[in-house]
Amino acid sequence: MNVQIDSECCQGHGRCYDIAPGLFGEDGEGYGRVLGDGLVPAGEEREARLAAANCPERAVTLTEGA
Amino acid sequence: MTVDDRFSPASREPGDDQPPGTRNEIITGPVSDWATDFSHLEPEWSADPYPIQDDLRQRCPIARTERFGGAWLPTRYEDVAAIAYDTERFSSRSIILSNFRPPRELAPIGGSPPISSDPPFHHDARKLLLPAFTRAAVERQEPATRAFCQSLIDAFDGRDVVDAAYDYAQHIPMRVIADMLGFPSEDGPRFREFVENLLEGINLPPDERIERVSRLFDYLFAQVSDHLEHPRADLTTYLINAELYGAKLDPSHVVGTMALLLIAGIDTTWSAIGASLWHLARTPADRERLVAEPALLPTAMEEFLRAFAPVTMARLVRDDMHWHGVDMKADDWILLSFPAANRDPAQFDRAGAVVIDREANRHAAFGLGIHRCVGSHLARMELRVALEVWLERIPAFTLQDPSAVTWAAGQIRGPRHLPLRIR
Repeated sequence: MNVQIDSECCQGHGRCYDIAPGLFGEDGEGYGRVLGDGLVPAGEEREARLAAANCPERAVTLTEGA
Repeated sequence: MTVDDRFSPASREPGDDQPPGTRNEIITGPVSDWATDFSHLEPEWSADPYPIQDDLRQRCPIARTERFGGAWLPTRYEDVAAIAYDTERFSSRSIILSNFRPPRELAPIGGSPPISSDPPFHHDARKLLLPAFTRAAVERQEPATRAFCQSLIDAFDGRDVVDAAYDYAQHIPMRVIADMLGFPSEDGPRFREFVENLLEGINLPPDERIERVSRLFDYLFAQVSDHLEHPRADLTTYLINAELYGAKLDPSHVVGTMALLLIAGIDTTWSAIGASLWHLARTPADRERLVAEPALLPTAMEEFLRAFAPVTMARLVRDDMHWHGVDMKADDWILLSFPAANRDPAQFDRAGAVVIDREANRHAAFGLGIHRCVGSHLARMELRVALEVWLERIPAFTLQDPSAVTWAAGQIRGPRHLPLRIR
């Protein structure tokens, strides 16, 4: 599973880095960014799904099966 | 030292009783039909707006009123989101719906940038503020916020009944934003007066409104003078020195942004803290579960923000148009109800219920699109700390008298008096 942030949609609500701090961080203006290459380590799939399901802007997307 | 004469008394616009803009007849009194005559300023709405919004969503999803010179109220999530995202057709040049429309030339800056700004200016004005309001930046306020919440509860010693809105919730955001702006912390009561004047005095005669708003700006100019004489590491000094397009900010921009930070941060967060405590006081099962499972609080807090979203914004229609089935006219108001969007069953399962372990919660309490509340990380920190400290110190509490609870009228809704029995 991979995670991505569409930076055109992200408005810096910060739900992703609140919910899944192992997968997302904030930049100097509060916008979300993917940590590392976006590959979700085993055991963190649930956090990844929650981050996507709680983004008010639908900026966080998942690619399954990667 | 060079003198910064942007803020000299002579630079202030002379007191003008009739600023340019459009006024309309003020209409008050009971609402005849919410679909054609809504008013968010009437007591029925402030007491409990949700049944009204739910009814409108079913039978007239974009309601109309001739009050305020003409306004629309969308209640479906999809319509609220579409308007929030469409900054071309819906202007933010006034975000508080009233009986006075500022002139079109006020766009794209507006009176209190960046909340009142439209693209492209909005992006640049907002960028100035973002670094001060990241989650990492607001974490620095957390220890002082926690100590302040503890001190408020210490002061309850010996009392059986306290007003959780008046004695607790309101003071927390006032103290935090006063510290961040570098204002005297004892000025809190004045901030409450400014907030009430700006956000709740909507149907006062225009001259009285202008008089009251000018008191806020007198206060802010005095704070600027003090900061020019004694610069310090706070947001006021930061704004005085900030530059945009290679020049210092226009004084109206500096003071307008100070007004925004002061007003927008106070009764919004005060409302969120109060509404959460109100829910817990009348819902023992949720209260007991949160006391037993403190780790659930961040999730529960998002549900309180969804179900009791304190903030409704406004927009002005830019040009005549047919939009989602209604004929909007240029300068019609839009009452942009994030609370109504947050209770749309098309978007949320069990939309009318408070589900404190709701996992998927794409709520819009802090807005959607480019105007996402710049203080959302600060508000979440304050709300979390306020609830953590309260539940730790006062795990058992009930409504002392449900009929004594009062709610603010207007675009920011939350309890203003909330008597709770705490032992």
